[in-house]
Amino acid sequence: MDNNKQTILICRGTGCESSKSPEIQAAFQEALTGEDVEVKFTGCHGMCQQGPLVVIEPEDIFYAKVKTKDVPKIVENHIRKGEIVERLVYQDPASKERIPVYHDIPFYSRQQRLVLRNCGLINPEEIEDSLSVGSYQALEKALGMPPGEIVDEVKESGLRGRGGGGFPTGLKWQFCQDAEGDRKYVLCNADEGDPGAFMDRSVLEGDPHSVLEGMIIAGFAIGSQQGFIYCRAEYPLAIKRLQIAIEQAREYGYLGENILNTGFDFDLEIFHGAGAFVCGEETALITSIEGNRGMPRSRPPYPAISGLYGKPTLLNNVKTYANIPLIINKGSDWFAEIGTENSKGTAVFALTGKIANSGLIEVPMGVTLREIIYDIGGGVLDGKEFKAVQTGGPSGGCLPASFLDTPVDYDSLIEAGSMMGSGGMVVMDEDTCMVDVARYFLDFTEMESCGKCVPCRLGTKEMLTILEDIVEGRGKPGDIELLEELARGVKSGSLCGLGQTAPNPVLTTIRYFRDEYEAHIYENSCPAKQCKEFITFHILDSCIGCGLCLRNCPVEAISGEPKELHTIDQDICIKCGVCYEVCPPKFFSVEIKTGEKQPEKDPA
Amino acid sequence: MENSLETIFSEFEGKREDIIPILQKVQEEYTYLPDHLMAEIAEYTRVPPSDIYGVATFYAQFRFTPTGENIISVCRGTACHVRGAPRIFEEITDQLGLEGEGTTEDQQYTVETVACVGCCALAPVITINEEVYGDLTKKKVQKIIKKRGNENGQ
Repeated sequence: MDNNKQTILICRGTGCESSKSPEIQAAFQEALTGEDVEVKFTGCHGMCQQGPLVVIEPEDIFYAKVKTKDVPKIVENHIRKGEIVERLVYQDPASKERIPVYHDIPFYSRQQRLVLRNCGLINPEEIEDSLSVGSYQALEKALGMPPGEIVDEVKESGLRGRGGGGFPTGLKWQFCQDAEGDRKYVLCNADEGDPGAFMDRSVLEGDPHSVLEGMIIAGFAIGSQQGFIYCRAEYPLAIKRLQIAIEQAREYGYLGENILNTGFDFDLEIFHGAGAFVCGEETALITSIEGNRGMPRSRPPYPAISGLYGKPTLLNNVKTYANIPLIINKGSDWFAEIGTENSKGTAVFALTGKIANSGLIEVPMGVTLREIIYDIGGGVLDGKEFKAVQTGGPSGGCLPASFLDTPVDYDSLIEAGSMMGSGGMVVMDEDTCMVDVARYFLDFTEMESCGKCVPCRLGTKEMLTILEDIVEGRGKPGDIELLEELARGVKSGSLCGLGQTAPNPVLTTIRYFRDEYEAHIYENSCPAKQCKEFITFHILDSCIGCGLCLRNCPVEAISGEPKELHTIDQDICIKCGVCYEVCPPKFFSVEIKTGEKQPEKDPA
Repeated sequence: MENSLETIFSEFEGKREDIIPILQKVQEEYTYLPDHLMAEIAEYTRVPPSDIYGVATFYAQFRFTPTGENIISVCRGTACHVRGAPRIFEEITDQLGLEGEGTTEDQQYTVETVACVGCCALAPVITINEEVYGDLTKKKVQKIIKKRGNENGQ
């Protein structure tokens, strides 16, 4: 990459591709044919909500929500005249301020991007581009080191597993290195099944070589010749870019036989996961590659001793591997400087839900939830009130506002009843019903439970039934206590992480939002006004009779003459919420009430 | 019928670990896993058919009925859920006259829910075939389906 040449970077992560960024790239290419301006695409910048994104270097100008028809304007003004197109540069959703320079945007200026170092900077389908920013330098260095020294370096860095469990990576490597075996395997867990998480996907799509490099170094360190990347089939773009990266790495001699003329052989294959959340668990993932139902088995023996085909197997997450080249290049001391005493390095989160700036972020371990949500995320969407933040996906928990100053690291989050997880962070506001959230997660784990352990298979089902009863108006005294009891049983009676953590969303919502459970059971009310059984829609006096709601109501429950107050017939209303959605905000004439006697409630 | 999977099998060695990739290739070709082919896969891999079914039914990706021309996948990830995915799902099934997941009578659409598609920043999200549609509201869904209907000359 020539640093002085003007370059137009077009984001083609999944988010931006969905908003037509390939068309934008083509338009730039056409407009600038034969000129000394480079047009290239990159992986995800992380700010998918503002997409499609176009960055122009070396000026570091960040254009957001660009449309194909804006391309001539950017070419004409910015490229030819050197004038920034003000109306297209990023606008802060809260302050409405226009911020043209990429690295001045608060969303980025407070981040420390290590794992995401090259995402949005390089073309992930061109190995030359990766090489120009230093890819495979760590591999060259590592191949000149004794394997024991590599493992020591990883151990001293303090890196812990980025899949969420937080097991010390170096120790895992040590076990594998020490294990006896004629064959050993290196596996990468890219089966990012957490709903609400897309960190691994973005790394694979934006900088696949960093993951390959980490895996090859791991192979050399533990004495393995074969690796597999277990990537979910729902990520077609990630699989495509990985495939291209693997082929190019082979061509350049970084993969295959006699890597860089050192006599070391190592090759990689992609395994397409077929859609089972439990396969994120290490023994289930291994069983799945072997061609079976992906059910976990008891440990020990740990995969490091007996894993794939009974051979010593090293299994790490995408982001764990992506950290390795940095540690080898810059040294364990440098890495250990970042983060907290027991959690080193950075954490990557997919910050989503009811948040102003949603996207992919990377921060040093130890920053607080408040800094992430307010300083980087710009606070809660539409100025609503913060209610909870969910981390760790179906294994994690919901933390209330009183935990906003909790530092984000493995141990603090566990202590609070949640967990780091692989990096999903979903913000919830006053309109989110916490009982419904618990029901949502149980619905997920109940469906994804592999069925091997009875407490998980039947316990999650039983818990789900109770939660459904509560949100559908059939809750009864004693339900909360029964949920807690079942949760203890499921936790203690399950073999793998899925069952052991499945009750966490229920337990944390009961612990921090018990009043919402009680409101559903005892007061016939859903404080967030979400659960249909507990709400009614009403039109207020401020209605001017524009007729929008009347025309959109699917069941003709709304009546009223034009320019006169409209009314909703509660006997017909199906509570779909369309009237609330279409009523223009300036009138704000549809109100949702809760806690009242429901007209059509089933006597059962 | 014999050797109808020959091309697919030629890429594999017939080992146990080939089962999932073979099932994926078959589904890619036929849009689902037809009954009569399961026995062939069993024979080729020398694994009992019950076992092949065991594997196939375990994973969410595999289907046992043909799909419609178009597949609408509604994301049920957390970010989509808190931003209204259940309402989007309801709207789509209402528009197409379906009771929950399934295929329309005219075989035009199959509606299914999927675990996170990983576009959480655009929540709520659906994909129609490979294309992603984000930031949806009930209104937008109506428009999308109407537009597609018109394009198909309906």
